[in-house]
Amino acid sequence: MKPVRPHEFLSLFLAGILTSTVGCGGSSTSTSSGGGSTTANNVQTITVNTGPTAGPPINSPAINEAFTSVTVCAPGSSSNCQTISGILVDTGSPGLRILSSALTISLPQQTGTGGNAVVECLPFVDGFTWGPVQTADLSIAGEQAKNLPIQIIGGTAFTNIPTSCSSNGAEEDDLKSLGANGILGVGSFVQDCGDACTTTGSNNPGLYYTCTSSSCSVTTESLTEQVANPVAFFASDNNGVIIDLPGVTGAEASISGSLVFGIGTQSNNALGSATVYTINPSTGDITTRFNNNTYSGFLDTGSNAIFFLNTAATGFPTCTDLTFFYCPTSTQTPSATNQGANGASGTFTFTVANADTLTSNGTIGVANGLAGPNSIANTFDWGLPFFFGRKVYTAIEGQNTPGGLGPYWAY
Amino acid sequence: MRLTKACSILGILAFPFSLLASLGRDATSVQEDVAKMQATLHTSSGNSYTLHEIQTPTAVAIKEYASPVGQVFAVTWKGPFHPDLRQLLGRYYDEYVQAVRTRRAQRAGRGPILIQHAGLVVEVSGHLRSFTGRAYIPQQLPAGIRVEDIK
Repeated sequence: MKPVRPHEFLSLFLAGILTSTVGCGGSSTSTSSGGGSTTANNVQTITVNTGPTAGPPINSPAINEAFTSVTVCAPGSSSNCQTISGILVDTGSPGLRILSSALTISLPQQTGTGGNAVVECLPFVDGFTWGPVQTADLSIAGEQAKNLPIQIIGGTAFTNIPTSCSSNGAEEDDLKSLGANGILGVGSFVQDCGDACTTTGSNNPGLYYTCTSSSCSVTTESLTEQVANPVAFFASDNNGVIIDLPGVTGAEASISGSLVFGIGTQSNNALGSATVYTINPSTGDITTRFNNNTYSGFLDTGSNAIFFLNTAATGFPTCTDLTFFYCPTSTQTPSATNQGANGASGTFTFTVANADTLTSNGTIGVANGLAGPNSIANTFDWGLPFFFGRKVYTAIEGQNTPGGLGPYWAY
Repeated sequence: MRLTKACSILGILAFPFSLLASLGRDATSVQEDVAKMQATLHTSSGNSYTLHEIQTPTAVAIKEYASPVGQVFAVTWKGPFHPDLRQLLGRYYDEYVQAVRTRRAQRAGRGPILIQHAGLVVEVSGHLRSFTGRAYIPQQLPAGIRVEDIK
């Protein structure tokens, strides 16, 4: 591993001092600050590295995936708890999902019609996760989300996946296919499905099922029962998050940064001079202009590169083997303009480097310049490299912030 | 090319099967798709292909492009969820899923899908509540149809 750079070491050191000073031993305590009001430790360290699949038996190192740890407890319990690392931080989805294989404690099962277990099928762009909805108290930094519905992915209890679920693409129900011990979804939506899953009949998209040990049928799931962004469940600091990662030049083994909870709720999460780009509340997108054309765009720590257009539109060849990445012969710095639904816009440059070079070493976990095609050519997926060297705010839908009502991104 | 709107689901049931089709299949499969997804269908014809537009009750808009001989050579979709991809991709579904798994093992991480096989191209993009996809069989594109026309 590449050594931590001096300024990073200093900030980690200071963070350690602050943490121990306020007595937040990493999980759940709150502390009083100056004015007598109660503030929680709202800073969670995140690390971009090769992740939990790097070593044997999977030997598939991650690149540009931000991981953290969460502590889950049975609701109301302070002893039936487990801290789980290798959880992917994803601003592109809502809700906490933990691999069954990574969970050693027992959590209460959510039940629906007839007292049968509620099991979820969550579609991701590249497939789906399947597993029961259970309830936990989540602790992260000094924040707590109590009685939070979460998805336990995979496991042995409900192995008869309905075809309506398995028709979403590749199943991602183990460490190898998911690439993480779980996903911490802290995006702009509160629920993962929303209103559609509260409907009956053919309007219901079939994300939630009630299952017996042998069969499952689609069920309605109220908004309060749905797997949801845990930040919205916090007592405070519940209107959004900041992803704060250092700048990266080229490739590195690992970097550390912060997941900060709340926007303008404490002295360390003020919006400052960041520009607010409001998000279309139905699609979850903003607008990206590139070469005088307009596309939809979204910011997503869960995507590991900047995915946009194709070779015909960009002139960047894809790599020979890694056909989902670009491999320009020399590093390029194109420019793009993001525009919010509120009309705010900002132009910036980003880096497109040779992915074969960036990923040639299996110890590399961070690569600025990793980019690739997104051929159904109307979407810019601003993945993790966009977040390098920026503080990116994600405000949750319907939540009030000093920058106005969410949903928005700001940076 | 100008397309003319033709019919609703009731109309299509009266159509001869040879006008209808799903990826790599002929005729009957569009109707199967419509029935499976409890969707509504509009069909329009142009010079070099017939476009079947399917709207599912879950707000997913699907387009199936059929050649003059009734072979579906391309499908696209857009909506808050995936459509039934097994139904839509038909016999190409397993090839698609296997290709996604292979990609996963190549440091691909999470991100949009671009599968480019000799006989199958599949692209899936977006995020929860906003997905877009396109699949086509390159060899079966009718003369005069460019990939950019499939959208």
